[in-house]
Amino acid sequence: MSEKEIKNLDEIFEQRIARDEKIEPKDWMPEKYRKTHIRQISQHAHSEIVGMLPEGNWITRAPSLRRKVALLAKVQDEAGHGLYLYSACETLGVSREELYDQLHSGKAKYSSIFNYPTITWADIGAIGWLVDGAAIINQVPLCSTSYGPYARAMIRVCKEESFHQRQGFEIMMTLAQGTPEQKEMAQDALNRWWWPSLMMLGPTDAESVHTAQSMKWKLKRKTNDELRQQFIDQTVPQAELIGLTIPDPELKWNEERKSYDFGPIDWDEFWQVVKGHGPCNKIRMEARVGAWEEGEWVRDAAMSYAEKQQNKKTKQAV
Amino acid sequence: MEKNWPLWEVFVRSKNGLEHRHFGSLHAADEAMALENARDVYTRRSEGVSIWVVESKHITASNPKDNGELFEPAQDKIYRHPTFYDLPDEVKHM
Repeated sequence: MSEKEIKNLDEIFEQRIARDEKIEPKDWMPEKYRKTHIRQISQHAHSEIVGMLPEGNWITRAPSLRRKVALLAKVQDEAGHGLYLYSACETLGVSREELYDQLHSGKAKYSSIFNYPTITWADIGAIGWLVDGAAIINQVPLCSTSYGPYARAMIRVCKEESFHQRQGFEIMMTLAQGTPEQKEMAQDALNRWWWPSLMMLGPTDAESVHTAQSMKWKLKRKTNDELRQQFIDQTVPQAELIGLTIPDPELKWNEERKSYDFGPIDWDEFWQVVKGHGPCNKIRMEARVGAWEEGEWVRDAAMSYAEKQQNKKTKQAV
Repeated sequence: MEKNWPLWEVFVRSKNGLEHRHFGSLHAADEAMALENARDVYTRRSEGVSIWVVESKHITASNPKDNGELFEPAQDKIYRHPTFYDLPDEVKHM
């Protein structure tokens, strides 16, 4: 194809997106669109998969059967979300093995919030309430993103996500209404998860390199700073309701903006964790790679069995 | 690893009376495992009463490049629609 022909196709493509038409796997798309989507969808999938690890830590120690079945169901949902997203990503012509390889080799990123430890039961409450809360704010606009398979996967994810946030909030509420020690445990979890949750919505608009292009392709409908403000405004009253304090001395209602003003975010910490120096980066990847490698013989055995059965069938047919 | 698990497409009937609809895809070693995985991945909240799985390589799809010749000819055949035909007002339902 000549340069002029490609430019023409590019323009037609951008117009289709501007008209809110969906792009489907076999449609022509600019290489940059394909690559950007592979990067974003796979990062999203990896985050769901790695996100199971900090919570899995508490399944055997959940304080009641009710909490345990809920946590199990939530972690199973995260696995499901990872799988919807991996298969959406594969429609762009990348294989599952390549995607896993990118995660395991450290080439691909996942949400850096999962590199923080879950040291008390209250952390499970804080993750559901804050981390899933921030994720929902990020994900809802993606239900109408331009790439069909991604949008469809996100609709399923969003439908399932609200149970996650409610179960987390319920854990925090119960602890906050409990003994002084339980309340302190809830407050401590909020103190540790608040700032990383704000960072989870991404670098400030001034620092965010992909925003303009992503807005055009509807991979983003609001900027990181807008989403962060939305998250803060919705979460502060929830904390007040259960008697917990947001760990930000500068947090203050701004009557003029009808929004909360908040203190500075420690972006150095964010970049340190992204670059691999968070408290749990290493053990997360060890757990993930270990599970993959130790499962290899099982995958191979299943494949050999399937082939054997297939051969049997073929022979019988002859 | 000797060989990767192939890709399967999953179709789910959400309730009797409705058709099976494409829900997504997954990897599995064989059809029995594909059905089991489809149940866990796509029907955790009573989304279905029946599942079909088919290995993706068995699906033949039309190419969007051919959409012109495949689908455009239907656009000028308006006589295939009931509103093409003039009827007297007295005929209320037809």
